[in-house]
Amino acid sequence: MSHSHEDPRRLSFWRKYIFATDHKIIGLQYGITSLFFLLFGFCLMLLMRWQLAYPGEPIPWIGKFLGESRAPGGIMLPEFYNELGAMHGTIMVFLGVVPLVFGAFGNYFVPLQIGAPDMAFPKLNMTSYWLFFIGGVVMLASFFLPGGAANSGWTAYPPLADIAPIGQTFWLIGMVFLINSSLLGAINFIATVFQLRAEGMTFMRLPFFVWAQLVTAFLLLLAFPPLEAAGVMQLLDRVAHTSFFLPSGLVVSGEPLPESGGGSVLLWQHLFWFLGHPEVYVLILPAMGIVAEIIANNIRKPLWGYKSMVYSVIFLGFMSFIVWAHHMYLTGMGTAISAFFQTTTMIISIPSVIILTCLFLSLWGGSIRFNIPMLFALSFLPMFGIGGLTGLPLGLAAPDIHLHDTYYVIAHFHYVVAPGTIFALFAGIYYWFPKVTGRKMSEVLGHIHFWPSLFLMNCIFMPMFVQGLAGVSRRLYDGGQQYAHAQATLPLNEMSSICAWLLGLFQLPFIFNLIWSMLKGKKVASDNPWEATTLEWATPTPPGHGNFVKVPKVYRGPYEYSVPGAAKDFTPQDQERV
Amino acid sequence: MELMPYIVEERKDTGLYNAKLGIWLFLSSEVMLFGALFSSYVLLRTGAAHWPQGSSILNVPMGAFNTVVLIASSVSMVFAWAALKENKFGKFKFNLGITILLALTFLVVKSFEYGAKFEHHMYPKTNTFLAIYFTLTALHALHVIGGIIVNSYFWGPGSKMWQTDPQRFTNRIEIAGIYWHFVDLVWIFLFPVLYLL
Repeated sequence: MSHSHEDPRRLSFWRKYIFATDHKIIGLQYGITSLFFLLFGFCLMLLMRWQLAYPGEPIPWIGKFLGESRAPGGIMLPEFYNELGAMHGTIMVFLGVVPLVFGAFGNYFVPLQIGAPDMAFPKLNMTSYWLFFIGGVVMLASFFLPGGAANSGWTAYPPLADIAPIGQTFWLIGMVFLINSSLLGAINFIATVFQLRAEGMTFMRLPFFVWAQLVTAFLLLLAFPPLEAAGVMQLLDRVAHTSFFLPSGLVVSGEPLPESGGGSVLLWQHLFWFLGHPEVYVLILPAMGIVAEIIANNIRKPLWGYKSMVYSVIFLGFMSFIVWAHHMYLTGMGTAISAFFQTTTMIISIPSVIILTCLFLSLWGGSIRFNIPMLFALSFLPMFGIGGLTGLPLGLAAPDIHLHDTYYVIAHFHYVVAPGTIFALFAGIYYWFPKVTGRKMSEVLGHIHFWPSLFLMNCIFMPMFVQGLAGVSRRLYDGGQQYAHAQATLPLNEMSSICAWLLGLFQLPFIFNLIWSMLKGKKVASDNPWEATTLEWATPTPPGHGNFVKVPKVYRGPYEYSVPGAAKDFTPQDQERV
Repeated sequence: MELMPYIVEERKDTGLYNAKLGIWLFLSSEVMLFGALFSSYVLLRTGAAHWPQGSSILNVPMGAFNTVVLIASSVSMVFAWAALKENKFGKFKFNLGITILLALTFLVVKSFEYGAKFEHHMYPKTNTFLAIYFTLTALHALHVIGGIIVNSYFWGPGSKMWQTDPQRFTNRIEIAGIYWHFVDLVWIFLFPVLYLL
């Protein structure tokens, strides 16, 4: 905790870059690791898409490297398909998006935006990264186990997950590491925002990004522990042969299970979704925060309804704890409980709509700059809108009977997370890149990245709404070939797959842009190249150890753009009132 | 910029120093962890065809004794912190030592209880009551062990800080104390739920 006694220039390479305690280095560690995981999880899905488009045909080029136990003769086995599905979900959510949006962006920019020298507990911060790293390694290692990685879906429903091969045990151990990592992270974030705000930085002067991260931290703090409890119980079911999630009289492959029974499969679902639903807000809130920052900066006027956005995000965080069972309408938990949860679910849609509406209304009358971060941020709005609105039928018990576990669900949450959150992440990377490296990313490559990505995202996920409405189940290994009702939608599988592979292709300009711009990109002339108002731009580029040259003092709200009578069209938060 | 602010002194508008807020946040997540397990207990019990009376399986006198031991250790923990406030380092050492010894006593009694169960071939896999009993008490025991490690560090090598930065050391003992009272509190819930109901 007393890290700043040490002169950072004299720290060894190991202390400075590997076991770092500086929040900016840790943020970058999180960023690089989670971008790697995002790419890896994306590749798993590209493999699955082959099987869905051309079931039973050998995978070209890569097929022969997968091994006889996974794809004999290059043809994917159903078990391997299930591994890919479970691990795609797990990796994307827990190792990709959350660490990137919270661990990387939050770590790097929350202390800067509130005018703090570092996170409140730097050593805890380091521990949190390394726990995440170990969790990730355990997850990756599980692919090489006999029987492969976890294959019971990312939700790990028992009794299937209780009797699955050893990969599931590794999944649980990995999850325990990840949960403890995000727990330490959440404590650190909340303590930082409460304790380390600069003088004058009142709560209603916090940038919306900080608010979103703060609420997210509370969700992680309070929603993850029940999953940890559930994970421990499932681990005991598998290792110590308890029966927490195994009902009496269970018969597997014609053999009665030699366990005591008496457990409840619904218990797992309750505990899992008690985390699972707040978790989707963990994915989306920080993304909304990033988008709000970029939109405010590029419309050159204050955000419309900053206060209602703040109150909405707090209300959203609170409500997200009492909607979890809308994932469980089909479990037979009873109509009274369903009625309660569909009411809360309808209520929770209101604050999300308020935030989105505020962002839309902010555009009105702005002199909009269409740079690359702004393009991604703008496309977030309709894409998240589609994702959010298509969620309403799923939140009502009656239509959910038809839509549950179909491709409609896949399309719905991928619209929220893929062209939603991940576009916001791209926006954030393009926007803050100059602060981190001192160079701008290439605009041309940015356009080559953005336009095809936006088009292809829709080509991948829009057909899935059609498939889902036709009733095609989400977990079919052959994409629905054996089902009469799926026949008409089968050609859409091929379309989605081709677009997914093309989407992969159009991420190459981004990867190239990231590396090339770091080395050769155009240097920025000022510390505040976007002419923004928030405090992170008041630091040197890149910020040194301790962040600010002199202790910042805050005199105004976060988005004072185009103030009448001001000398420039932006008034930074640390500019004194005269 | 200089040192991290509010390591020792309190921030005016929140009334807390950093680590104190940190420990309260940590404990709130612990409430959710144990809360989930208690909820599981309720759900399993209400869904079960047969649920044994806790007192017919578990050793109530031993559990009651352990409850007294833990409460006493919480008291001596408060005395340890108060001693630092009064600037009496010897008294602090004595009381923290008592706390650690009582915690060890708790673990010894607990291990005898576990041993007796195993002798009678009662394992976590025997039935769901024993499964949740072993899970809850073992998780609690892990917290006790964690407390012993932290307190032993402050009793031994960590206490050097008293010479260099007494205010910060007092804060550390306060935080260790808050954690320790929580561990005690969990047991106060565990004992009636598992042993008596």
